[in-house]
Amino acid sequence: MSAPSSGGASRDGYGKGLLRIAQDPRVVVLEADLGKSTKSCHFRDEYPDRTVSLGIAEQNMMLVAAGMASSGKIPFASTFAIFTERAFEQVRNGIARPGLPVHICGSHGGIHTGTDGSSAQSIEDLAIYRTIPNMTVIHPCDDISAEELTSQLVDLNGPSYMRTARNKVPRLYEDGSKLRIGSGSVLREGGDLAIISCGVMVGVAISAAETLSSEGISCTVVDMHTIKPLDVELIAKLSDSCGAFVTAEDHSVIGGLGGALSEWLSTNTSTPLEMVGVRDRFGQSGASSELMELMGLNEVGICEAARRAISRKL
Amino acid sequence: MGDGTRVDVSELEQMARRCRVDIVKMTHSAKSGHPGGSLSAIDCMVAIYGTCLRFDTSNPDWEDRDRFIMSKGHASPAMYSILHQMGVLDEGDIMGFRTLGSVCQGHVDMNWTKGVDFSAGSLGMGLSFGLGCAIAAKMDSSDRKIWVMLGDGETQEGQIWEAAMAAKYHNATNLRAIVDRNRIQNDDFMNVQMEIGDIGEKFRSFGWTVKEVDGHDMSSLVDVVDWANSEDGGPVAIVANTIKGNGVSFMENNPSFHGKAPNDEELRIALEELS
Repeated sequence: MSAPSSGGASRDGYGKGLLRIAQDPRVVVLEADLGKSTKSCHFRDEYPDRTVSLGIAEQNMMLVAAGMASSGKIPFASTFAIFTERAFEQVRNGIARPGLPVHICGSHGGIHTGTDGSSAQSIEDLAIYRTIPNMTVIHPCDDISAEELTSQLVDLNGPSYMRTARNKVPRLYEDGSKLRIGSGSVLREGGDLAIISCGVMVGVAISAAETLSSEGISCTVVDMHTIKPLDVELIAKLSDSCGAFVTAEDHSVIGGLGGALSEWLSTNTSTPLEMVGVRDRFGQSGASSELMELMGLNEVGICEAARRAISRKL
Repeated sequence: MGDGTRVDVSELEQMARRCRVDIVKMTHSAKSGHPGGSLSAIDCMVAIYGTCLRFDTSNPDWEDRDRFIMSKGHASPAMYSILHQMGVLDEGDIMGFRTLGSVCQGHVDMNWTKGVDFSAGSLGMGLSFGLGCAIAAKMDSSDRKIWVMLGDGETQEGQIWEAAMAAKYHNATNLRAIVDRNRIQNDDFMNVQMEIGDIGEKFRSFGWTVKEVDGHDMSSLVDVVDWANSEDGGPVAIVANTIKGNGVSFMENNPSFHGKAPNDEELRIALEELS
């Protein structure tokens, strides 16, 4: 990997991605009074006639999106990750069950959101959307990948949930980088351990891999931006070549990326897995960096997990 | 019918009677389902389908059809009986109601049944879905209209009022809601469970144009549906005062037939009364 050019927040990538696909007249944007935060506001500025403001009423927004999708539109509906959860049953019954191509974006996901405190820090969104049949679940790591993955959603003939993050992180991709929904991106190769990560933890995983390298532990690092469907082909390959896994996510260790991996590994292999994530607790106010330290979502946490996973190798 | 051609009132009344026969027969056959709210809603639905709804029975997926959103999705027997009487479903389809693999699912489902525009079953969502269809129609400069059938009980759901607010704000002049005001919900009478009060006034306060009607007087229903269909200052709501279980004496105004099927003897009596 070349050094990141500068910082980018995945929510900015979502906003740019919407502009990139705006030439498709089927694309419409729905907002619930948080367009400035989710960055759908840029689409609104350019295409007000294809932007629908629904006010602070997320349940209604989800079904309006479903109705529009049933009429041939491709709706992109966004709000904070945590507020999409308010409309969980609407997403389940009104969007996913009929399989309508509505693309939900939940921004400000995870502890990384910071000072707003625990009410705003969704740590369960990936888990809950992953349980719904028909749903594709995506969590990009930077603005460039978020833009690319958003633009690919227009060809996805079914519903999706994409979590984006509020804050800038070092860029891991360059413009024009090749990545595909459903395929994990291998950002670093090594033979002792595979670190499977998503979102803001991908950059942390790369730093951890560098530290581990100095200890003689060579790591593969994967940006598993698509949590569902999980790229099990890649996981199977890495299970053979590395023989141990660590997952790293700014999300509960229950049901997210770690959960997805453990479900597959435990039923298909005996490869050890250690998880770095939020240990079944709520956050609080504080700077992103302070909160990530507090929760162990840092380089130290990944390195310790890596050593544990390697020690469990058969 | 279904192509905008007007038919006479007595013909519509006969169609509603045949639909009622279907409703009691299919719930009896399934030994489950919701006859009460189907029988209260059926006259309104016949008035809409029989007079103004643009719907091609030979091509139910026609893109520019008017939409009929059955928000009170438990009253699926009413929906299936209409589609049966219009020739979209056959007798075997409706008698398979609620059985494994049947096109007639317990609650209306757009993926299972031709002619069904919305997958319901969870109350309070249909008006929002209808609004989405209405906004899309306007974006497409289509004159298709969107009808939404609501139960009065489901107006207890807050999402109905989110949609009511948004429909006025988005000037959804192509959206029509009809409320089956039968005053009974699952557990009991609404005034025991949670009385919603003057539903028409509530819609008016959100900026809707509202009329009330006797939901079992076909002549009045035809008039009010005709008015709603041509009203362009919408959104429009019709509050249809109905009787749950209407047309079958022992089901009328009887909360226990909200979600209970008739047994063999009850079916015999019901069919006799509807003959």
